[in-house]
Amino acid sequence: MKTRHKRLALVAGGVAVLGIAAALILNAFQSNLVFFYSPSQVAAHEAPHDRSFRIGGLVEQGSLQRQPDGVTVRFVVTDTAKSIPVLYAGILPDLFKEGKGVVAQGKLDTDGVFHAREVLAKHDENYMPPEAADALEKARKAEHESQRTLVMERAKETPK
Amino acid sequence: MALNWFKYSSPQTFYPLAGRLIPVFAVLAAVLGAVGLYIGFFVAPTDFQQGEAYRIIFIHVPAAWMSMFIYLVMAGWAAFGLILNTRLSSMMATALAPTGALMTFLALWTGSLWGKPMWGTWWAWDARMTSELILLFLYIGFMALQASIDDPRRADKAGAILALVGAVNVPIIYFSVKWWNTLHQGSSISFGRSPSMASTMLLGMLVMALAYWMYCIAAALMRVRSIILERERNAQWVRDLKGAPA
Repeated sequence: MKTRHKRLALVAGGVAVLGIAAALILNAFQSNLVFFYSPSQVAAHEAPHDRSFRIGGLVEQGSLQRQPDGVTVRFVVTDTAKSIPVLYAGILPDLFKEGKGVVAQGKLDTDGVFHAREVLAKHDENYMPPEAADALEKARKAEHESQRTLVMERAKETPK
Repeated sequence: MALNWFKYSSPQTFYPLAGRLIPVFAVLAAVLGAVGLYIGFFVAPTDFQQGEAYRIIFIHVPAAWMSMFIYLVMAGWAAFGLILNTRLSSMMATALAPTGALMTFLALWTGSLWGKPMWGTWWAWDARMTSELILLFLYIGFMALQASIDDPRRADKAGAILALVGAVNVPIIYFSVKWWNTLHQGSSISFGRSPSMASTMLLGMLVMALAYWMYCIAAALMRVRSIILERERNAQWVRDLKGAPA
């Protein structure tokens, strides 16, 4: 075995061992590396209840309400399975929208309301011109519509 | 006769070759950069949710790609230097580090500028951003370690080990958005899936990525030429070079 083969084996072995060690460490710290908890995780009591943490999910459609004082907003964060009402006094980011992603940091009250100190918008990795987005939305609606009418047709066809 | 791959593996023969290649890569970088920015700012459409602000993607994403890729190339050269004991490999690793650090800084800086209007914060300690920040520290650590050791051979060895250890961070950066919940969105472009961007946007980003490639190669070659001159200053061919009329 030549010296350089020995060194190659040493370097390759070292990198492999390090890689495995890193994988094991990251696996062990899996729960500490999450940036936010989903409403389902909160419902399953996986989130800390005595200190502040972040929740993330979608802002539920039609849930955004501005309180009479003008600065406090109330909305519901959902992951389509569970949802959490959030109370926040402050300026919302531009991308904050019903049906879009959001990450809020704060504390969960005993009454189940999340009091947020900071609200951040989380956007997805899709980039397209507004026309394309409109077209996609229309296609989705049309499909939904046709499905609905098909179901109704079928319901009509079934003999009573 | 077969092509002699090792002809350019010595500093003496590589030095003039690098000198001839630099203008080619520099011109390509300028041309591709101009075309890429034109596509990015004038041809690519407005985004449906982020409006015009998304256009920083043309600077941010190629810089982030380069920051990770250059680290892997640097670690590869460092490993070559360690295993084969070739002088030029270690010089290449040393030459790549500042460019890699610059790319990492650019990615973090433009990301921060992008994060404020879109997410509502300059910085968040999520897995993607934190691991990218560690990458910047790795580059700085590599440069500082090499600079602190006077003997270039020992500096190369110490640096190579640091570079190789740090290489585990690169897949962590890349997959962080997949493995954990992060504020940073997932990749728009990944293997085995069609890209989730409009085609002109994608084209602009790829042209910009090519421009970054060309710039990084040109910058690394320029730096490696200086390193060769500095380290080989006592060699006869460098003395001849000095004596020769410019």
